[in-house]
Amino acid sequence: MSTNQANFLQSSLGKKLIMGLTGLFLISFLVVHAFINSLIFFNDGGVLFNEGSEFMAHNPVIRVIEIVLFIGIILHIVQALILTLQNNKARPVKYAVNNGKANSKWYSRSMGLLGTLLLIFLIIHLKHFWVVSRFTDEITSGEETMYGEMKEVFENPLIVITYVLGVISLGYHLLHGFQSAFQTLGLNHPKYTPFIKALGFWFSIIISLVFAAMPIALYMGWVK
Amino acid sequence: MSGNMNLTLRIWRQKSAKANGQLVTYPVKGISPDMSFLEMFDVLNEELINKGEEPIAFDHDCREGICGACSMFINGQPHGPKKGVTTCQLHMRSFKDGDTIVVEPWRAAAFPVIKDLTVDRAAFDRIIAKGGFISVNTGNAQDANNIPIPKTDADLSFNAAACIGCGACVATCKNSSAMLFVSAKISQLALLPQGQVERIARAKNMVAQMDEEGFGSCTNTGACEVECPKEISLENIARMNREYFMANIKE
Amino acid sequence: MSKLDSKIPEGNLEEKWSKYKASCALVNPANKRSLEIIVVGSGLAGASAAASLAELGYKVKVFCFQDSARRAHSIAAQGGINAAKNYQNDGDSTYRLFYDTIKGGDYRAREGNVYRLAEVSANIIDQCVAQGVPLAREYGGMLSNRSFGGTQVQRTFYAAGQTGQQLLLGAYSGLQRQVGLGTVEMLARHEMLEVVTIEGKARGIIARDLVTGKLERHFGHAVLLCTGGYGNVFYLSTNAMGCNVTAAWKAHKKGAFFGNPCFTQIHPTCIPVSGDHQSKLTLMSESLRNDGRIWVPKKAGDVRKANEIPEEERDYYLERRYPAFGNLVPRDVASRAAKERCDAGFGVGTSKMAVFLDFKSAIERYGHNQAVKLGVQNPTAAQLKDFGKQVVEEKYGNLFEMYEQITGENPYEVAMRIYPAVHYTMGGLWVDYNLMTTVPGLYCLGEANFSDHGANRLGASALMQGLADGYFVLPYTIGAYLSKEISVKAISTDHEAFGIAEKAVQGQIDKFFAIKGTKSVDHFHKKLGKIMWDKCGMARNEKGLNEAILEIRQLREEFWKDVRVPGTNNELNPELEKAFRVADFLELGELMCMDALNRSESCGGHFREESQTEEGEALRNDDKFSYVSAWENKGDGKYELHKEELIFDVVHPSARSYK
Repeated sequence: MSTNQANFLQSSLGKKLIMGLTGLFLISFLVVHAFINSLIFFNDGGVLFNEGSEFMAHNPVIRVIEIVLFIGIILHIVQALILTLQNNKARPVKYAVNNGKANSKWYSRSMGLLGTLLLIFLIIHLKHFWVVSRFTDEITSGEETMYGEMKEVFENPLIVITYVLGVISLGYHLLHGFQSAFQTLGLNHPKYTPFIKALGFWFSIIISLVFAAMPIALYMGWVK
Repeated sequence: MSGNMNLTLRIWRQKSAKANGQLVTYPVKGISPDMSFLEMFDVLNEELINKGEEPIAFDHDCREGICGACSMFINGQPHGPKKGVTTCQLHMRSFKDGDTIVVEPWRAAAFPVIKDLTVDRAAFDRIIAKGGFISVNTGNAQDANNIPIPKTDADLSFNAAACIGCGACVATCKNSSAMLFVSAKISQLALLPQGQVERIARAKNMVAQMDEEGFGSCTNTGACEVECPKEISLENIARMNREYFMANIKE
Repeated sequence: MSKLDSKIPEGNLEEKWSKYKASCALVNPANKRSLEIIVVGSGLAGASAAASLAELGYKVKVFCFQDSARRAHSIAAQGGINAAKNYQNDGDSTYRLFYDTIKGGDYRAREGNVYRLAEVSANIIDQCVAQGVPLAREYGGMLSNRSFGGTQVQRTFYAAGQTGQQLLLGAYSGLQRQVGLGTVEMLARHEMLEVVTIEGKARGIIARDLVTGKLERHFGHAVLLCTGGYGNVFYLSTNAMGCNVTAAWKAHKKGAFFGNPCFTQIHPTCIPVSGDHQSKLTLMSESLRNDGRIWVPKKAGDVRKANEIPEEERDYYLERRYPAFGNLVPRDVASRAAKERCDAGFGVGTSKMAVFLDFKSAIERYGHNQAVKLGVQNPTAAQLKDFGKQVVEEKYGNLFEMYEQITGENPYEVAMRIYPAVHYTMGGLWVDYNLMTTVPGLYCLGEANFSDHGANRLGASALMQGLADGYFVLPYTIGAYLSKEISVKAISTDHEAFGIAEKAVQGQIDKFFAIKGTKSVDHFHKKLGKIMWDKCGMARNEKGLNEAILEIRQLREEFWKDVRVPGTNNELNPELEKAFRVADFLELGELMCMDALNRSESCGGHFREESQTEEGEALRNDDKFSYVSAWENKGDGKYELHKEELIFDVVHPSARSYK
């Protein structure tokens, strides 16, 4: 039985399942993240936002979920790496001419690249905020708020551009990933799949816009 | 000369499995738009033979789009630019006078090149041998109308069973994944009452063999469905995933 | 004549097969394990036989020249498979299927064989459905039937226009199951090039590994040839490019008689030839004649498009000549009628060698039905047309698509153009009731043998025969032979008979490469095809056949002097494969002409111009020709004719009328 399960998780389909499940889990995190971020648009000098981030930083349940989240990200990345390596091995000699655009979307074929860009962005992003919020004294001691930290970071136009690019990568990654996860889980039905695809499309666009709006709004001074 | 199209072909030539190959350029003249793509190859091969050169080896047999033997990667697409057809049904009217056409064999570790454009697709047979069947010995059958099958199920099953095993799905997939092929067979049988008995073993064994053959995994780009000459649906892959997960949950 | 014993069991027609099964010798399970059987060919007959034999416990080796067993040309059969199930309650029965088949074959088949075929037909459908073959269903979940040429009941089961594919994949799945279980060894990309006989019995084959070129020796207690028909002798046919007579011909040269070689079927509904480049012809399923109406303009040389010719100026010549069967007359009758109209100058299309197959009235009729079904009041003409098209698409969609792909014309809007083309060969190796050839231990199944279809095969009967032979006949009859072989230990392939056979094949290979001529194999093949089509095709006469024989001999001589086979033996070499096949066609073609010359009557697909009624219908001569021609190869291009008299106890041969 145990070898059976090991076989299952090591099979191509098992790995895909992990990709799909972790992907959906990360998508659910994005929803929460975007929700808290958008609190800045109350334009109340970051009061609500700070309360939100305070809650996220100190609630023990959230701290546990945070660990799960990191495991999810790592699993998603590790599986992606293994699958990519295997998939590359499956075609040792490449085509001289391959007209991929005739049959699929570029972002569907570039999930590895988009994912790598996202990872780089994620590291920058974590360094900017997560490390600061968890491991430096200023915020934990209350000297500085997350909102203040954010305003400071997004004064730099290069960082804003980096964030916007990161968010574009995220948008395309989701554009494929959202509906792809459902397909992987075996949820494809002529009646419901068009709805899932439409939902995935709008989700990717809206979530990206929300994330991009924040650094831009702060930089431009639309929110004080 | 039966036509007036002049074309430049760039064709993969490879003497044997172990030899190195390369694209070789051949001009062809006087091609009729009514010719099939393979008939154009016949013309070229006849010319090569007459010149004392070696003709190009390629798989083909029925030339009516059903045996699944023909397998050419034409200008970056399996079976060429036209949707829903095999190479043998692709006609030269799909090209223009003066075109350059690049023809390569299917590329996948699991489909090694034998010679020129001919590849070995025995991996597909080995996958079927692991479970692409219903274990009913000759003589065991009950009356065919004893089990009514809803027309919609029978039709869906047929649509999956229409797969010709050409390997275009593998050829076009960026991961050389065989999931459309494998899922078509799993689906055909999963949709029928006769296929229920061996459902669990079938899904497990066929997927295991697929992995062992060295095909890549699916990243849902959907290219296979678009390039499949029989237009086998991606829904089959989702169904296979379900079958496989359920099989592993149950046993 | 004494050489031919058909071994038809005694007794009433209805009881022959059941009595045979009840009394034939059996091989016990322990002995089966040590008996080896070679199956050449993996089509319906080969795959079904191999799987069934392996299930019984025999050790089986299967050979096919394609890259996979699944590609055998049975896969291309479109229309359907007959079975006397009487699911439609329209009066069908085993007897009726038997009678239709005997009559359809123009009384040139054995009663005993055909009755057995009709008897097991129902089991085939059961077997295939149990295997998961998705045959077409009605909304109530029951199997659907359509009608086919030469019958007045609906007994044809189908899977859209891909019945052959579905049945073959069913048989293939059974075969692969045995491969997975280790009871069948599958050797794809292998071509049989010689039969090995030891003490007069078939004991193995020499096969060439088509990838490495290596000649291999394989032993078997019995050898089954399931290698299909020889229609490619005509170069252009609906057969796959690789279809060939080589295995059967090599067996013929080793002593197996060839039965009725001149009986070829010219299928009436094929897409006409478009130019010299044509490499093969594409069939449009006969099922189209259920709904399509065949016509030519009433005026000779009419160049108007089909849609521009008004109803009263159309000649629905099949409905006119054969009111009882109309467009559903048997294939030979329909083909000849098309040829007659075209020869008389009424043909259509650029080549004038085509007739129209028109779905206009079917689209209208179905449109009305569908409108009523959907409850649409006062439908517009456009709506009716759309409804009609939907129904027609449901029934024949893939065929229409194929037509459009090949011709560039949309058959929903423009009448199709069709013309007859070579499709099937009723002739083949002579076999007795056990399906054994005149070489003991050498069996022949499916299209490769001559039995069951007489001088003309009815539509949807080829799939039936292939599967009947493989699933339900041979597994019984081979036991009768093998039960006497249980004491024979597997013979080493070092036996000198294997050496001699291999040397003969190697000799032929060396000869091909030594010629270093100037013309490709195809060059000769095309020339042979033209001789055969012109002089041994839809209509034959003494003068033409005599000329053809001389021309073929001359062509054969040229071939052996001037053919160019490029490359080497030790590699994948499709030209070498073709050379082997065409070399054999060049001998077979002559024998076909000889047989056609000998049979100076008209029957079924064989129409001798000297033998016709005043109305131009085929005139059979039962007094002189009620026999099977079985030709013995005497070597050096000499043949001896043996005759197996056909005895009709139950049906009484009469003029075949479809009027």
